Amino acid sequence: MVDWSRAQFALTAIYHWLFVPLTLGLSFIVAIMETIYVRTGNPEWKKITKFWMILFGINFAIGVATGIILEFQFGTNWSNYSWFVGDIFGAPLAIEGIMAFFLESTFIAVMFFGWNKVSKGFHLTASWLTAIGANLSALWILVANAWMQHPVGMEFNPDTARMEMVNFWEIIFSPVAVNKFLHTISNGYVIASIFVIGISCWFLLQKRHVLTAKRSMLVAAIFGIFTSIFLAFTGDGSAYTIAQDQPMKLAAMEGLYEGKAGAGLVAFGILNPSKKPGDGEDPYLMKIEVPRLLSILGYRNANAFVPGVDNILNGGYKPWFKTIPEEEKEMTYSVAQKIEKGKLAISALRDYKTASKAGDSILATISKQKLEANFAYFGYGYLNKPESVVPNIQLTFYSFHLMVMLGVYFILLFIVVLYFLNRGTIEKQRWLLWIALWTIPLAYMASQAGWVVAEVGRQPWVIQDLLPTIAAVSMIDSSAVKTTFWIFAALFTALLIAEVMIMVRQIKIGPKDGGQK
Amino acid sequence: MFETMSLLTLQHYWWIIISLLASLLVFLMFVQGGQTLIYTLGKTEPERKIIVNTLGRKWEFTFTTLVTFGGAFFASFPLFYSTSFGGAYWVWMIILFAFVIQAVAYEFRTKPNNFLGQRTFELFLFINGALGTILIGTAVSTFFTGSDFLVNTLNLTNIANPIISQWKGPAHGLEAVLNWRNVDLGLTIFFLARVLGILYILNSTDNEAISKRSHKQLWINAIPFLIFFLAYVFALMLNKGFAVEPGTGRVFMEPYKYWHNLIEMPVVATLFVVGVLLVLFGIFRPLTSFKKCSSKGIWFAGSGTVLTVFALFLLAGFNNTAFYPSTYDLQSSLTIMNSSSSQYTLTVMSYVSLMVPFVLAYIVYAWWSLNRRKITEEEMEEGGHSY
Ligand code: HDD
Ligand code: HEM
Ligand code: HEM
Repeated sequence: MVDWSRAQFALTAIYHWLFVPLTLGLSFIVAIMETIYVRTGNPEWKKITKFWMILFGINFAIGVATGIILEFQFGTNWSNYSWFVGDIFGAPLAIEGIMAFFLESTFIAVMFFGWNKVSKGFHLTASWLTAIGANLSALWILVANAWMQHPVGMEFNPDTARMEMVNFWEIIFSPVAVNKFLHTISNGYVIASIFVIGISCWFLLQKRHVLTAKRSMLVAAIFGIFTSIFLAFTGDGSAYTIAQDQPMKLAAMEGLYEGKAGAGLVAFGILNPSKKPGDGEDPYLMKIEVPRLLSILGYRNANAFVPGVDNILNGGYKPWFKTIPEEEKEMTYSVAQKIEKGKLAISALRDYKTASKAGDSILATISKQKLEANFAYFGYGYLNKPESVVPNIQLTFYSFHLMVMLGVYFILLFIVVLYFLNRGTIEKQRWLLWIALWTIPLAYMASQAGWVVAEVGRQPWVIQDLLPTIAAVSMIDSSAVKTTFWIFAALFTALLIAEVMIMVRQIKIGPKDGGQK
Repeated sequence: MFETMSLLTLQHYWWIIISLLASLLVFLMFVQGGQTLIYTLGKTEPERKIIVNTLGRKWEFTFTTLVTFGGAFFASFPLFYSTSFGGAYWVWMIILFAFVIQAVAYEFRTKPNNFLGQRTFELFLFINGALGTILIGTAVSTFFTGSDFLVNTLNLTNIANPIISQWKGPAHGLEAVLNWRNVDLGLTIFFLARVLGILYILNSTDNEAISKRSHKQLWINAIPFLIFFLAYVFALMLNKGFAVEPGTGRVFMEPYKYWHNLIEMPVVATLFVVGVLLVLFGIFRPLTSFKKCSSKGIWFAGSGTVLTVFALFLLAGFNNTAFYPSTYDLQSSLTIMNSSSSQYTLTVMSYVSLMVPFVLAYIVYAWWSLNRRKITEEEMEEGGHSY
């Protein structure tokens, strides 16, 4: 049941995420192109704008279709979660609807239907507002997601048995949220840049629409170079927050079992598939390591101690960061100890609730104190063995390394494209045109890999340390979830095929003045 | 400003917002209603194209209102969200499917090489129009008739099965169709949406053949709508309702509860009566005066729908009533008091709600600037974007 719900969530999120990044980035690129058109008055730019706008529209529709499922799935499949954190988590979702989705859907109508009906200036404004709306959508959902990775600004209320918000600003401006938002939207910009460049390269390979292609490429490459460098910076920022708040995820990303001071960063490695925590085996079959870099990146200090999986399981080391419970600042607990404390917290909650119902205020007060003292470990109480806190290391490790390597490659690609555009010889570099075209799927892979790091790496938690995935679900039969899973899988796949076929056909038709066919 | 309000006031404020969103949603379902009439009103391909494009300029608003309704309900009454969605799983899932297929249908319908074919996308629109309206109506009716579930926050301390809201029927929501009143409301909404769809098409298109057929269809759909609607209202007023004892929060059955709510809240009663009259006027005006004014019906029927649905939601939640009752365990019933978010969250959200008028203003402005001209066959050929 839990596994099917997880699979269903992963499936729908991955599909949603196939379309969202392009929406995020392409909306800006289109708005920039239209700005150039309005500034220069050159109809060629209008043609370019309209061409990319059609692709944007096709992609947008399916992004919306896949999004609605996600929103309601919190209720349908994760009902316990919805109550436990709804007081905090619901707010960003509602704000997203009020602030972002309406902005986007209103002005997108102006964008598509308004060419002959509203003034140029209003139309341009609508295009920019659509882009801003899309990016605001991303903001609120990412704030929500960041809060799950690093819950702040809330308090547990034993009477209602849920987390309650006490500080809205702390939630929005938590460093995790800021990094996550910036990293994710810049990822959208990079994908869109690569998309525009790749398709333009295809036109150049075909020797069609050469002028349109080169102009589009120039806009995209400049947009891409800035955003991809920014992407790398914010990625580093994300890793830094992970080192502080989710040491287990960091260990999984690096395949680090035995921690050390001055740890190196594995630039490339192959994991030993039979490695288990605590068995003393070498976790790698091979690796190329940059000395001390992990300590520097994770802790901004070349000698910092980076705990590995085994250290976190066994406890007993002095943590470098101080964002953990007071009592662990000198020496961390083992996971087994945390499970004990979690169970104490849960039974204290039960005692508190029964006592207050029976009107026994003394027992209620004592139980409440006990609950508060152990609450930081609440979620651990639902785990049955310490090893459950270890996520899937293979998946996290390879995804992370794939993402980072591709990130570096994209920066190089933008530089090379700009270089040849500047020399005016880009259409002669057929090798480069092919490479750029085939980079489009790589961009999507990097992006999905990023989410795998973020989401798989935080397992078993839905809310870090407070609510494990197993305790978050609804009470429905696994057969029901299985059925909906397969229906979604079939439906989304059909829609994806339709989308790609339509897209490819529109690209083949290419930019023509005005019409879409 | 909101900080000084009591929790109870905030809960009422948020129930008003939820009711408002719900009523706007029902009005906007004219898109869904219209979708079930594409082949009835359009006999030739160009006619159908006009109809699809007329509806297609508005579908996003209905959709976004649904999404925002969900988000706002989650933020303000999370216990409803977790109980109903996780429990009545099948009903909500089918509704979601119906909306997923709608979202791509307009954009993909006439695009070359669209894999599934134009007919399939039109079928998607039909399914969305029929299932979406009927099931949403059925689900909302359980606000008055109740469902079988149990809510107990103490369950969180049961490590083996820590689930707070538990649904008791094995059909997970589908059992709602066994109660004729639920189905009745579903059909009411279905025919209402069709009526509104026809009025909207009359208002926004300029095509002789389509408006002729629309007039005829207006009769055909208005009569069943009225029958189902009146049956629902009478049953609602005559049946027992789920009352809450102020102070203790104990839930009990009270005869004629919703009738009492109506007379104890005269403002709501006024809204309700005015709403119903407006709907009737909006329908019969175009029927009686064939040519003149005939295109304005949507404004009366539309605003009437908003008022009526708004009033019905207030009947469900205000005046010490349980808005999501449990027939399995009365004391598990959800009220606006026991299912809401914390005072802090409601306060924060109330500030956000101040943006709603602003949002409405720019929507109206954008619609107005796009709608200054009626949609005709020529426009479809002009080479702008069309579905
Ligand atoms: C084109 C896509 C792409 C590329 C090239 C990169 N990223 Fe990324 N990364 C994402 C797309 C992405 C993402 C899809 O946007 C994620 C998933 C979750 C999130 O917040 O952003 C992400 C997450 C993510 C996380 C996990 C965040 C978390 O768990 O909350 C880290 C540590 C990094 N990234 C670090 C990097 C570094 C150091 C890169 C080097 C250049 C990099 N990423 C390139
Ligand atoms: C898992 C949680 C998520 C939920 C519940 C969710 C929900 C939704 C919903 C309901 C829509 C349709 C909105 C409409 O009616 O227009 C949507 C669209 C959108 N979402 Fe998501 N979303 C999620 C993840 C994300 C993420 C991670 C991002 C970006 C970083 C994102 C960005 C967008 C954008 C830009 C749109 C606009 C349309 C498009 O996708 O093309 N969403 N989302
Ligand atoms: C759109 C980009 C996203 C992708 C591709 C993605 C991917 C995934 C994957 C692969 C899983 C399964 C992890 C596992 O079971 O091992 C998952 C689970 C989950 N994700 Fe995401 N995710 C995305 C965004 C989000 C956002 C924005 C949120 C919340 C705001 C979110 C909330 C969840 C939840 C609640 C689960 C289920 C519980 C769990 O398995 O932890 N996801 N997601």
